[in-house]
Amino acid sequence: MTSVTTEGAGRLRRTATRVRGTGRVRRGALPYLLLLPALLLELLIHLVPMVMGILMSFRELTQFFIRDWSRAPWTGFDNYDLAVDVNRPVGEALLGSFLTTCLFTLLSVALCWFLGTAAAVFMQENFRGRGVLRALFLVPYALPVYAAVITWAFMFQRDNGLVNHVIHDQLGLGGAEHTFWLLGDNSFWALLIVSVWKGWPFAFLIVMAALQNIPKELYEAAALDGAGIWQQIRRITLPSVGAVNQVLILVLFLWTFNDFNTPFVLFGKSAPEAADLISIHIYQSSFVTWNFGTGSAMSVLLLLFLLLVTAVYLFLTSRGRRDADA
Amino acid sequence: MRRTRAAAAVTVTASLLAAATACGGGSADSGGGSNTAPKELTYWASNQGPDIAADQATLGPELKKFEQQTGIKVKLEVVPWSDLLNRILAATASGQGPDVLNIGNTWSSSLQATGALLPWDAKNFDAIGGKDRFVASAIGSAGATGKDPAAVPLYSMSYALYYNKKMFQDAGVEKPPATWDEMVTIGRKLSKDGKWALGAEGSNLSNNIHQAFVFSKQHGAEFFDGAGKPTFDSPGNVDAVKQYVDLMAKDKIVAPGNAEYDKNQSLQDFANGKTAMVLWQSAATSFKANGMKEGDWGVAPVPVPAGGAPGAGKNTNSMVAGINMAVFKNTDNIDGALKFVKFMTGDEEQKILNKTYGSIPPVKAAQTDGAFATDDLTVLRNTLGTSAAPLPQVPEESQFETAVGTAVKELFAEAAAGNPVTTESVKAKLTKAQQQMSK
Repeated sequence: MTSVTTEGAGRLRRTATRVRGTGRVRRGALPYLLLLPALLLELLIHLVPMVMGILMSFRELTQFFIRDWSRAPWTGFDNYDLAVDVNRPVGEALLGSFLTTCLFTLLSVALCWFLGTAAAVFMQENFRGRGVLRALFLVPYALPVYAAVITWAFMFQRDNGLVNHVIHDQLGLGGAEHTFWLLGDNSFWALLIVSVWKGWPFAFLIVMAALQNIPKELYEAAALDGAGIWQQIRRITLPSVGAVNQVLILVLFLWTFNDFNTPFVLFGKSAPEAADLISIHIYQSSFVTWNFGTGSAMSVLLLLFLLLVTAVYLFLTSRGRRDADA
Repeated sequence: MRRTRAAAAVTVTASLLAAATACGGGSADSGGGSNTAPKELTYWASNQGPDIAADQATLGPELKKFEQQTGIKVKLEVVPWSDLLNRILAATASGQGPDVLNIGNTWSSSLQATGALLPWDAKNFDAIGGKDRFVASAIGSAGATGKDPAAVPLYSMSYALYYNKKMFQDAGVEKPPATWDEMVTIGRKLSKDGKWALGAEGSNLSNNIHQAFVFSKQHGAEFFDGAGKPTFDSPGNVDAVKQYVDLMAKDKIVAPGNAEYDKNQSLQDFANGKTAMVLWQSAATSFKANGMKEGDWGVAPVPVPAGGAPGAGKNTNSMVAGINMAVFKNTDNIDGALKFVKFMTGDEEQKILNKTYGSIPPVKAAQTDGAFATDDLTVLRNTLGTSAAPLPQVPEESQFETAVGTAVKELFAEAAAGNPVTTESVKAKLTKAQQQMSK
């Protein structure tokens, strides 16, 4: 009797499991189904052009073939050879532009992160006018990029710009002869200033959000233990926002490395050598000189580089986190 | 059930992909458009007036007139210069362009090479009244030699030397320089007390090219040889570019600040009395817009080398500047497009439009109108007729503009920074520019 009951119950349970099982499969498919439209669009918007770009990079695609690029002659790896051969002018210029971009990105990301974090920590204190100041800090982030950069371009003008007016005329620095900011070597610094001005509020916003999550009690306890403000920042604040910082720095890196709008609006289609960022360089190599094949090859190389950096970075940071978890 | 869904997904993806590649691939060569949409045309006009709204106000009534005559409605879009070439390229690649469009005449050969523009053979020219109606030099800047033009001239312009009469008077200069030596001598007299003799646009690539081209002609050089190969760093071209940059670097008659100009700031400086001369094409409208009055400025031909009057060859003193009108080959209203080009290049419309824009009609019959006999326009017209040459009509013209234009820009930047500009440094820049050209 008992055994029958047990057996019956067992069968029942098995049936129930089976029923629940099929239900789970159905419900399991639903999210994928809902994702399908996004997946299709992703395919169309990102993957298809990417594949087209890769195909173009193996062709000699000039003005003669842009109407129907599938007819452009196949050139194998010629475009890549041209792009990476640093002994020839195209490769040499690309390498120069790449190195400039690396230095530029390093400085820009470091400054954006430092300013953003400093401001966020500073804004943790409750003081009069904090709201106003916070809003003010976010202005560069809220402004349309074009409008903001055009304004900077005006301010950097040699003869009528505000920057020279303040430095030379009002502060009396650097002599009577005005400085060129948009030509020659100074253009690098001009570009860096605009990039940091534009980028740090994002870092500020993200770090500020992360700081909100740190329990107040930690600081109170630390204060009771006699930790100073500097120790609190080093021992509590920074470790607590570590995970956020990892993402933040990666995003800032990708944005800065690929930034096209800032240099394009500041310098137009041919940037000075000192500020020849890779995005503009590739644009010029493909759209201005109408050599879309070479431009595509350069883009593919850039994509590979960014993928590599991202992968290495994610690997290193996730290992750090695994170690911390263990 | 699930299989159906998967099949549906695949079908949707496939059709979307097909649509995308159809957009991207462009269509195979067809004879020359169709007439499936006879009641409508799309027209991209280049920005000619002070701003886009002004162009819409100018062209709007004319397009209405055309609609009344033919029943064809023209959808107008005025495209700023800075976007125009990119927009045309995008339209060429996608096949989704306007029916009729304006192009800068220096791009004619580059765009002709794409094969997207309707060739103007005898039959198409007949439809708009014949090739002979147009000035020869204007037709010369509408496509490669030996091929049917890729476009039809619409507005013509040429360079002239504009000078500020009062500043000349104050400095005791009686007449504008006719040669470059005189330009430097007079220029030194005018360049003092924060004022400068000549304006330039060092960061404006097109303007750099126009000047480099004319100086090169005067040195008996060419930027492309007979086979269409670039010869940027030939001795004549090096001397030509050096002579132009030296106006700032050595002769010191151009303000260093002009090295970063690229938005017609030199015209504002001229109108404000900061510089005494500018080399420009059809600048009268801009001067007036900047507050000058007719009669404040004088117009003379651009200087030439010593010992000669402006003419062909070494005494060339302008490029043939202007706007052409082209038809996209894949238009779905080919007859309407031809009618529209006929209308815009008709004698009456040519007078109206060129009067408004301060340009010269490339149509001979329209040039005789009294409105084009002012001092300004007479100089421009004579230049166009006798001493202007079209820029190299090669498919690589657009690359040439960027490469050499950038080289000149960098040399101006050196000059402005006070660094020496030598024959070697000029040659190095031009060699680099030449190496950037596609194989």
